This record gives sequence, structure tokens and C-alpha cells, in this order.
Amino acid sequence: MTMVNHLINGLSLGSVYAIIALGYTMVYGIAKMLNFAHGDVIMVGAYICFYAVNQYQLPPVLGILAAVLVCTALGVVVERLAYKPLRAASSLAVLITAIGVSYFLQNAALLLWSANPKVFPLFFTSTRINEAGERVVVRNLEIGPLSVSYVAVVTVAACIVIMLALTWFTGRTKLGKAMRACSEDKGAAQLMGIDVDATISVTFAIGSGLAAIAGVLLCNMYQNLVPTTGSMPGIKAFTAAVFGGIGSIPGAFLGGMLLGILEIFAKAYISTQLSDAVVFSALIIVLLVKPTGLLGRPVREKV
Amino acid sequence: MKSKTALPGVPLMNKVTCVLVIAAYAVLQFMQTRGMLSASLRGMLVPICAYVVMAVSLNLTVGILGELSLGHAGFMSVGAFTGTAAAMALQDLIPLAPVRLALAMILAAAFAGAAGFLIGIPVLRLNGDYLAIVTLAFGEIIKAVVNNLYVGIDSAGIHMSLLNDNTHLLPGGKLLIQGPMGIGGIQKISTFTAGFVLVLLTLVIIFNLVSSRAGRAIMSIRDNRIAAESVGVNVVKYKMMAFVTSAAMAGAAGALFAMNYSTIVANKFDFNLSILVLVFVVLGGLGNLLGSVIAAAALTILPEALRQFYDYRMLVYAIVLILVMLITNSPAVKALYGRRFSGKEEA
Repeated sequence: MTMVNHLINGLSLGSVYAIIALGYTMVYGIAKMLNFAHGDVIMVGAYICFYAVNQYQLPPVLGILAAVLVCTALGVVVERLAYKPLRAASSLAVLITAIGVSYFLQNAALLLWSANPKVFPLFFTSTRINEAGERVVVRNLEIGPLSVSYVAVVTVAACIVIMLALTWFTGRTKLGKAMRACSEDKGAAQLMGIDVDATISVTFAIGSGLAAIAGVLLCNMYQNLVPTTGSMPGIKAFTAAVFGGIGSIPGAFLGGMLLGILEIFAKAYISTQLSDAVVFSALIIVLLVKPTGLLGRPVREKV
Repeated sequence: MKSKTALPGVPLMNKVTCVLVIAAYAVLQFMQTRGMLSASLRGMLVPICAYVVMAVSLNLTVGILGELSLGHAGFMSVGAFTGTAAAMALQDLIPLAPVRLALAMILAAAFAGAAGFLIGIPVLRLNGDYLAIVTLAFGEIIKAVVNNLYVGIDSAGIHMSLLNDNTHLLPGGKLLIQGPMGIGGIQKISTFTAGFVLVLLTLVIIFNLVSSRAGRAIMSIRDNRIAAESVGVNVVKYKMMAFVTSAAMAGAAGALFAMNYSTIVANKFDFNLSILVLVFVVLGGLGNLLGSVIAAAALTILPEALRQFYDYRMLVYAIVLILVMLITNSPAVKALYGRRFSGKEEA
């Protein structure tokens, strides 16, 4: 049974990675840039939700909504101010700018919200009456011998819903098709009457909104919020996106899930301290066998 | 695809760079002996040298070979730990500190170079962003492994173990690397002069490499890999040559850096450090070694110079970084400076 429990924990951690990786992969697909500031948007989302719920006593749903709105706006503003002027610059210049944005967000968070860790409130619980007649908060759902935390169920469900919605969005809607056209060939897309700048803005908006949701879910799992909360999950999610084939939406989903499961199993059966080494080794092996990731399309070089 | 030389006016620029570095050393050394440097700046001289070597060596991979590496701190870590452990093990054998330091740096460079070779075998088969992410992964793996490594020495030889201290040292033995605690009780034998010598040596090695046949082969891979391959350049060999040289120098810089402190832990050499060095390289100009030297020195001092705005200094640093990238990449400035600031062209 512990094995099944590990699997469920892995799936729920993997879902968080997958949601972040979806944002990474969409931005990479369209703007061809590694947005290193993406992880810090997660942290901003978590802080907004934390203050909305703790300070202004808003219900969790409104807290999440506030986080999504703020992060969406943040994503669009950052894109307009920092990345848009560099559209024609080398990819390294954009990468360094993204790193600058990442430093900026972390240090702004440090000044605004201090380095003291915040204990994130639990959103997904139920109450029951125990033998003594008191109300107790229950974090886990008991199904037979299995004990599954509510947050795990919500996270996995959220991830599946988001992934299906994005697949529908990019496949069926006009804006989604415009997005795919831009990621294929910006010049040709523009000639077909697509507003490339607006499409890129929408991509950043969606990616950042997803990051906010991921931030809230992540902090519900680990309950510890500091200004650097987003960096490591950001790197892991980036790894997940590459693992699954960067630029591919199902790839990000698959990569995130596999990475989460691998991390939890490595922690449980190999070593807690070496779990990161195991995860990154798996990435290297996958890339050596399939250089464009699990679901990535092979790129032919034209001479 | 437009090709360009890595260093505008190669031989002259090399001499200018070396002369400027020597002049900077002479001035700083003079000021130091006269007591004209503040304590905080004096403490930063060795780290600045280490960062300069890191930046120059990373420029070989990123600017001259044209492959993005996000795990340069990993090689620094390998060098820091092997070099420092070697210096501690040799403490009684070689009483003369400069000789011990030199030997430690050579060993550090050898180990880091070997690590670079092993990592290079899988890494250099990949291209572009995939190569970048794999170097990131290796950097993280090195950090995780060194963080759990225990190395001890006693009369029976060297003992190693992973995760737990199973070295079972004989009485009189010494545990050199203590897992997450790193190395403690280091003798601070790194000096500014040693750092200066390392910087100059690194520059001379890279200048010679760049203006040799091998260097031209390396730059041809950057400018157009397929064309280089089709005229018979052995891509894997020259990529490996640049990568291993770069790793070995980072290792020597690691040893220099580590022996400036009394304790050193693996978490110091993380992804953020790799990124910091990459920032030096890009701000200094890809392929421009003098730029790397200046950027590394200036950006190491900058947070210190901003100390009066203590709380805001990293925020200011971030804003400066973004603004510099926006300004140097704006079409107007680019037209003014021509190709000087332009980065690598995408294939």
C-alpha cells in the first residue's frame, strides 16, 4: 500500500510540475525563449493568495482568483517591458534579461514580504466529529486502506482539467490556432493577418495565470512560503518540459507527471538527499536516447 | 549566417588585455600595501580573481565555442573540493604555502578537466537548448553528490563513502570532506598574487588557443557547424577541447576561491552561481575576454558599492542588469557600436 501512496504523492507533485511546465512550454513554443522568471511568478501568485486569504479574509476561491489575475497582469507587463524590445535580439540576451526579471521578482518579494517563512493555510480539508464530540480538521481522504490527501486529489484533477482545456484551446479556437501559427513561423503568421504581438501577450498571460494556480497548489502541499519558493520547482518544471519535449503540450503533461513520480520514488527508495541527482540523471538518459524529449518533434537541419 | 572574429584585431587586443590586467594588479597591490583599500574590498580581491577566471573560461564555451553552458559552477565545485582536500592532505608534507596552493590548483584543474571530459561525452552530442539543460542537470548532480560525499585520509590511504560517513578512519586519520558540512578548518593560503597569476595564465592559454589552428576550428563550429563539418573539422574533438579547457580552468578557480575561506560547502556552487558567471560573460560581450574580465570585476564590486542602499542593492542590481540588456540590444545603440555588442547569430 505504501507503494500506491507514493504513486499518488508522485502524481500530485507531478501535476504541479506539469502545470508549471505547461506555461514554460507554451512560452518557449511561441517566443523561443527560456523564461527563467516563470518560477518566480509561482511565488508571487502564492503570496498574493496568502495575503488575500490571511489578511483580507477572502474565501480561498477569491484568493486563487486574485492570484491568477495579478500574475496574468504581471506576465503581460513583464513581457511588454522586458522581453518585447528584445524580440530581434539573440536568445542569450533574452535569457539574461529573464534572469534579471527573476532576480527582480525575488528581491522585490524579499522587500515587500520579508524573508520570514509564511505558513500557508490549508484550503482542501474536511471536518469530522471525533469520539470526544469535537470537530477536527481532516487532511486526508480514507478510501479503504488508502489515505489520500485532499490537496493531492484537487491537484491532479486541476492538472487534468487544465491540460484538456489547453488542448481544446490550441486545437479548436481561433486564438489557439493563431498561437500555433506563430510558433511555426512568425513572419508567415503575420502575413496571414495574425497580430503576433497580441498573440505572444496572450501566451504569457495564460502561462503566468497557470503559474499562479501551480503556486497555490504547491504551497498547499508544502505550506512553506519564502521568496525563493518558486526557483527549484521552476527549474524542475523546466526540466519536465524538456523531458517531455519542449514546445509540446502533452509532452509537458507527461514530463511533469513522470518527473514527479520519479522524484517521490527516488526519495522513498533511494535517498532523500540524492533524489535531485536521480531526477536529473533520468533527464540526461532520456535526452541521449531521444534528443528532443519524449514527445518532441525531431528537427531536421536544412543545409 | 554572418561570420565574425571573436576578438576584433586579435593580437593587439590580446596584448592590451594582458597589459590592463597587469596594470590593475600593480595598482591594487600598491594600494593594498599602502593601506588604501577598505577591508571589504581587500577581502574581495581573491574572489574577484576567481570570478574573472570563471567568466573568461565560460566565455570559451559560450562565446568562442558557441554552446550555452548552465553548469559551470559544477566544475568550480569539483576543483574547490579536490584542491582544498589535496592542500589539507599535503599540509605536513609541503610546508611552503605557495607551492601547496599551486599543486592544489593543478590537481583541481586536472580533476575538473576529467569531470569535463566525462560530462562532455554525452553533453556534446546535443545542440542548443538541449545541451544547455543537460549542463544544468550535471551542475545539479555534482552539487547533490558532493553534498553527500565523505572523504577521509589516514595512514592506510584515502577513504570515500556516499550518503553516510562510512570511512572508518584509523586513529590519527582526518575526515577531509564532511558531506553537507563541506570542508572546515581550511588554511587561507589563497593570495591576491596567486589569483593574479591564475588570471594571467588563463588569459594567455585562451588567447593562444583562439589564435591557433584549433581555435579557428572551434570558432568555425560556432559560426556554422554543418559547414565546418563538411570541410573536415572534427566537431566532437574540438568541442571537447574547448569544453575540457574551460572546465579545467573553472576547477583551478574553484581551488583559489575555496582557500580564501575557512569553510566551504557544496551548496555555494549552485545554479545561481552558474547564472551569475553567465551574466558576466554576456554583459562583457560574447567572445570578448577583456569584456569578461571587466564585467566580472565590476559586477562583483557593484553589490558591495551599493552597500549603503543595503536593502535595495540586489533589486538595483536586477534593474541594472535588465536595463543594460535592453540598452545594448536596442537597434539605435547597436547601429552605433556595430558588431561589438551583437551576440551569437541563430542558425
